[in-house]
Amino acid sequence: MLEFIQQPWHWSVAGIFIGLTVPTLLLLGNKKFGISSSLRHICAACVPAGISFFQYDWKKELWNLFFVLGVFIGGIIAAYLLSNPADVVVSEATKTDLAAFGITDYSKLMPAEIFNFDNLLTIKGFILFVVGGFLVGFGTRYAGGCTSGHAIMGLSNLQWPSLVATCCFMAGGFFSTHILLPLIFKL
Amino acid sequence: MLKYLKYALVGIFFGIVFVKAEIISWFRIQEMFRLQSFHMFGVIGTAVVVGMISIFIIKKLKLKSIENETITFENKQFSKGQIFGGLIFGIGWAITGACPGPLFAQIGSGFLVVLVTLLSAITGTWVYGLLRERLPH
Repeated sequence: MLEFIQQPWHWSVAGIFIGLTVPTLLLLGNKKFGISSSLRHICAACVPAGISFFQYDWKKELWNLFFVLGVFIGGIIAAYLLSNPADVVVSEATKTDLAAFGITDYSKLMPAEIFNFDNLLTIKGFILFVVGGFLVGFGTRYAGGCTSGHAIMGLSNLQWPSLVATCCFMAGGFFSTHILLPLIFKL
Repeated sequence: MLKYLKYALVGIFFGIVFVKAEIISWFRIQEMFRLQSFHMFGVIGTAVVVGMISIFIIKKLKLKSIENETITFENKQFSKGQIFGGLIFGIGWAITGACPGPLFAQIGSGFLVVLVTLLSAITGTWVYGLLRERLPH
């Protein structure tokens, strides 16, 4: 049983579980699935700094912070109790492309060559972690949601602005992958 | 606090799914944006279909929450933010290999350097709040 759970899960299984998060949160307490809002609540709770965007009763949104705390704990459980000892299996074409960036270690879910603290103080690492993270936080709030709030919750509720947002997420990602990343990895 | 525990439990389950389906993997996000695998498209596509059917049923049967609250749906208002912000987030998504949810799961699964990415994402959100009135919407 445990071995069955430890292997990577099929996309349909993951898709069903993630999709079911939408009605689960609605039925538990009329809560809308959306994760990037948690970043706003953290700002409102910790450094509102008199900015009107952060002047609201964030305590009413505490459920969202508990939810992301859960995601964090889920990450710990999955990584330490249910982890897959084998390499991550990705397509050969991707491996060839990433080898050009010097990425060949597939032993963990993230490339060990990049995601380590030694890299943080390099220009490449600064862009990948600090600038990348900033764009995620700034962009999701500007767009009013992320993959969960727009692509999953918004599309499930047939909201066309969410479709616009989702298409732009993908367009930005394609641009970044094919134009920016090759430049970043040359640094 | 107890009433929030159920959301933490849903989050825990969600985090496990994120890791086990490798959605938090930078490799998988690269595969997606290089159109070299169906995996991520399958995950998101299936999730949308399941979510759509669920919301249809909830609306049709006028279901209430377990605490007997009416379940409400708000329409999303279009703004240029969905375009500009969407593009900006997309660029960051491919660089970091993470949307906000996976950031938390990546840290949990031991990639502590992602804490820096998370702090930076919080900073990004804060700067958006600061500049909000000066940005086109």
